[in-house]
Amino acid sequence: MQKLQNILLVALVVIIGAIPLFIVKNSDFAGADSQAEEVIMEMNQDYKPWFKPIWEPPGGEVETLLFTLQACIGAGFIGYFIGFSVGRQKNGD
Amino acid sequence: MHIMEGFLPVSHAAFWGAASLPFFVIGIRRINQKVSANPRLKLLLALAGAFVFVLSALKLPSVTGSSSHPTGIGLGAILFGPAVMTVLGTIALLFQALLLAHGGITTLGANVFSMAIIGPFVAYYSYKLLSGLKVPAGVAVFVGASLGNLLTYVVTATQLSAAFPQADGGMYAAMLKFMSIFALTQIPLAISEGILTVLIFNFLKKYNLKELKDLNVVEE
Repeated sequence: MQKLQNILLVALVVIIGAIPLFIVKNSDFAGADSQAEEVIMEMNQDYKPWFKPIWEPPGGEVETLLFTLQACIGAGFIGYFIGFSVGRQKNGD
Repeated sequence: MHIMEGFLPVSHAAFWGAASLPFFVIGIRRINQKVSANPRLKLLLALAGAFVFVLSALKLPSVTGSSSHPTGIGLGAILFGPAVMTVLGTIALLFQALLLAHGGITTLGANVFSMAIIGPFVAYYSYKLLSGLKVPAGVAVFVGASLGNLLTYVVTATQLSAAFPQADGGMYAAMLKFMSIFALTQIPLAISEGILTVLIFNFLKKYNLKELKDLNVVEE
């Protein structure tokens, strides 16, 4: 019962993520953060950001690498946690 | 919800920094209290941090044709209380500001306030309220995590409108504009975040029930 519910929930997340790709045409799904940045610049053409990022990834590939790394660190630990918890319960601790 | 580096006027940046700092200090203290009282909780604390790391790295497409991300804050807020997540959320935001040029040092205070203060407070109190009303835990977790995520973005939109009111229509007109960017995009993502949080919560209820009881997350 619980297992079926979990499978359905995972499927639901995948569906929610996939629907926009099919119903929204001609969009590159740019980040909402950078859209807000554009709107600010449009509405306030004399606004100058007064501080620049100390370091920026030198390109899309490196940025993707670092985002992936962030997700991997998190996912790696979650996997460890799940294995640890299941094992602990099996050993009756 | 990341306000980009340099995109808040100095006074606003300073205000949000000052507003966030006390929560961070309280959060550090809460972590020390909880972990020294029960060292077994360290692993669960790390899980809450790891969940933030994964979810905030996933930029998901939304029906508005733009992408945004879950925050992963709700889980830890429900487990450990909101202030603890101020600390863990700040770590994730700092990582993104320094290594990804996502958000920034000058806007850290504002981003912490939305994602790591309002988000966890909304998640925690919605969960507590609903479980007090005897709503099933799964539903309470879903609503808490989803609302925490959604409200985070409402706060971001408010922060930007306060900093950049429109020439005609002022803050209200700006609010409409930023809300249309953030809040609408966020609705399906908030739902996804709620579901993912329920999934991991179901796991914890099965395999880490003792810790959940120690933390007063579940009764009996």
